[in-house]
Amino acid sequence: MLRTISRSPRALPRRRFVTGAALACAAPRLLQASPALADAWSARDVVIPKTPQPPPLASSSFSLTVETVPMTVHGAHLDAAGVNGLAPAPAMRWREGDTVRIDVTNRLDEATSIHWHGLRLPADMDGVPGLSFAGIAPGETFTYRFPVRQSGTYWYHSHSGGQEQGALYGALVIDPAAGPVHQTERDYVMVLSDWTDVAARDIVSNLKFNSDYYNFRQRTVGTFARDARRDGLGRAVRDRLRWGAMNMAPTDISDVSGVIYTYLLNGQPPDIGWTGLFRPGERIRLRFINAASMTLFDVRIPGLSMTVVAADGNDVEPVPVDEFRIGPAETYDVIVQPQSEGPHTIFVQSEDRTGYARGVLATQFGLTGPIPPMDPRPLRTMADMGMAGMNMGGANDKHEAAGMNMPGMAMPSAHEKGNGAPAMTAPADLKTGVEVQSVAAEPMNRLAEPGDGLENNGRRVLTYTDLRATRPGTDPRPPSREITLHLTGNMERFIWGFNGKKFSEAEPIRLALGERVRFILINDTMMEHPIHLHGLWSELENGHDAFRPYKHTITVKPGERLSYLVSADTPGLWAYHCHLLYHMDTGMFRTVVVS
Amino acid sequence: MSRRRTTSLAALMTLAISPAPIGHATEPNDAMQGMDMPGMTMPTRSIVHVPKPGAEKQTKASATGKKTQTQLMRSPPAPNTAQDGATPRLIGMSGMSGMSGMSGMSGMSGMSGMSVRSPGQVGSARPGDAPVHYINGVMPVMDQSRYFHGLLDEFEARYSGRGGEFRYDAQSWYGSDYDKLWLKSEGTVGTSGRFGDGDHEALYNHAISRYFDLQTGVRVDIDSGPARAWGAVGVQGLALYFFDLEATAYFSDRGAAARLQGSYDILLTNRLILQPQAELNFYSESDRARGVGTGLSDIDAGLRLRYEWRRKFAPYIGMTYSGVFGQAAAMARSGNTTVHNMNFTFGIRTWF
Repeated sequence: MLRTISRSPRALPRRRFVTGAALACAAPRLLQASPALADAWSARDVVIPKTPQPPPLASSSFSLTVETVPMTVHGAHLDAAGVNGLAPAPAMRWREGDTVRIDVTNRLDEATSIHWHGLRLPADMDGVPGLSFAGIAPGETFTYRFPVRQSGTYWYHSHSGGQEQGALYGALVIDPAAGPVHQTERDYVMVLSDWTDVAARDIVSNLKFNSDYYNFRQRTVGTFARDARRDGLGRAVRDRLRWGAMNMAPTDISDVSGVIYTYLLNGQPPDIGWTGLFRPGERIRLRFINAASMTLFDVRIPGLSMTVVAADGNDVEPVPVDEFRIGPAETYDVIVQPQSEGPHTIFVQSEDRTGYARGVLATQFGLTGPIPPMDPRPLRTMADMGMAGMNMGGANDKHEAAGMNMPGMAMPSAHEKGNGAPAMTAPADLKTGVEVQSVAAEPMNRLAEPGDGLENNGRRVLTYTDLRATRPGTDPRPPSREITLHLTGNMERFIWGFNGKKFSEAEPIRLALGERVRFILINDTMMEHPIHLHGLWSELENGHDAFRPYKHTITVKPGERLSYLVSADTPGLWAYHCHLLYHMDTGMFRTVVVS
Repeated sequence: MSRRRTTSLAALMTLAISPAPIGHATEPNDAMQGMDMPGMTMPTRSIVHVPKPGAEKQTKASATGKKTQTQLMRSPPAPNTAQDGATPRLIGMSGMSGMSGMSGMSGMSGMSGMSVRSPGQVGSARPGDAPVHYINGVMPVMDQSRYFHGLLDEFEARYSGRGGEFRYDAQSWYGSDYDKLWLKSEGTVGTSGRFGDGDHEALYNHAISRYFDLQTGVRVDIDSGPARAWGAVGVQGLALYFFDLEATAYFSDRGAAARLQGSYDILLTNRLILQPQAELNFYSESDRARGVGTGLSDIDAGLRLRYEWRRKFAPYIGMTYSGVFGQAAAMARSGNTTVHNMNFTFGIRTWF
């Protein structure tokens, strides 16, 4: 019976995924009772394994086997790291209040790990090698067991080397104990990812040699001629000189691009596309999870308004939007209610517009909606360089060399009010150097901005200020101290870190058990960084006071300064890092010690 | 293949500067093989077996049934580890005197002064903070990985009215973000079949600023002419406006020399790249046996148009110029060799 579930698509598992007895009994009935589910499983024309939707009933006992899963996309082959024969890994459904037990067996020939992203659990269950445990050696089984104290959309992924790039990620849906807040007729997880057959280590190595390795959209003689015609020769020259004087380029959007990435939605490349079935008038909950290693995505469904109802697993006051940006590791739940048959294209562009993932909401399989053209690709501006005084839009005559003298730029100490713990505040003398390409002179609050490439596009685009929790926070105390961290890096050398130091050069961040702390992040770099704190919530200070949203991953825009509150209520060693995989791997990581 | 100059290099090698912080250490179990670095500071560490208290996890399928956690204990930081800011210190590069010509390039085995970094041992730890014990010594992030790269920048045939030449210019480096072993080699096989301009360098490379590395080491001139050896100190990196620059000074008992090399990539498109490039050599003393004169002695320059068919493989065509000046030009004239040489050139640029 169970096999009917897990076997239908051709390439599906050799091993059982769900061992929950409850589901095993309930499965046949559910198959009949849920036409959507039955339809979903009957799709037989897929080329690569598709991520199945989570089973309809939660379970509390799982057996996952991490193993090599051959994966072919567009003729490119990868021996991916998958779970139970699936890559990307299968979706799970848990229930708030249960104690879950997951046996993870490693059949790879290297150590592995599973990290439960966004979950609040004992530190030794968090799945980070070196911090939570020693990792899972080949041939070994590790048993995770912990109580589930939250609900919503989360995900899980390997925290070992490049396995996360190699498709070891899956969706995790936790049903609220009190039942769903929003009644919907359909419920789909939407796992977004960037897939490549290039080994993770090779990607880093290439970027160390040449940080533009994957960028084939740099400024050229041709774009100079175009800009000179459009803006005038003098202005074009000055703009070139200004960027050249920093050895930076406004075309630096993503370190790794569609040159090697195929963007997947639920494991499906855009030419095949993922299909979600619906009937007109139904309310559909789409649980977007950005499982990409290096890609921010912009999500929209042309013609449909999406109502954002949850962020990073936590309910927020509904926000109707046309589009939203989702950083790596973030999750957003949206509800759509298409009145027409469509088909409605789910269009997911990479931030740098080098590719897109695609899905469709349709009334039957085999239908394809119109695919819109990709939006113009963004260019970084002086605001992204942390020069708030600069007008947006790059070429502005009023602001010339004065603001551009990078090496001597001082930190904006005026922005720091109050005296944080002396040990952890940013070094006042943070200067450019081997690991610091630039220091933001005037970082600014950009929470109300949708992000580079999304401004003034005529759509309602979600911003962080739109996120307002439905419930007040659980810890009303003001923070007792502040920890200021600069997000720093040198793109040219491809070194990333905090406060000008990579992980291996820095002290851990120490929090006292029970204390409440304000983290202030200042992004000195020209790229977004989705900063993820394991094990503890990050309560984004976005103007909603007690109703600040609880997040596990906060995307910090270039040149941005933002803050969030953390209650250090769970002891242990926690990982704290940029969720761009290769930024983490090259140093943008800290150990947070709560004791 | 003369080695006679190498012994005199020992004194020059004391110029080698290692600005690396003292007391940093790395994970000793990562790829250190192949680099025997006597001067390296490594952390002392001891493996102890500590039962993990209160852990809920169960490790099945463990044939040995071991339930202990192997934890890596680090020795407390040495008193001088606090000086993370790192002022440069002088360290002799003692291991480099064993170089013997070309074979020495690959067999270079000594790099003192390479220092590496350790987690949890630097920074402003408050007294009383216990060091973080990473379970089994597993680091959650391997940000100290070493990388091995090689660039064959010029690999080209040159044609002029007088015949053909072959020229290559290659670099290779291995190491971490801060410290690398850097090898350079270039040479020209002339129309007569003579191998000239054979310049081979082995350098310790240390990152010193956003875009520049400091390089110290040795240069040996090995080709069909008499061999020479030099101590070398220079910088290499990316000047502002994306201008690639190498500037190196050389010293020996024959005097001093300098080389300035620069290039700039003009992107006609994202794959079609026009690169003006020039290399200038200066000498304080003339060396008649090698056709080198005082002052600006020679220039080798090119304008190459390459197509990055792959990032790592780019065929090119171009015009190159090689010329000698001043005393060197006089020597060339008397030796009946060309003074100024314009060539049609084609080749490949490739790297790994």
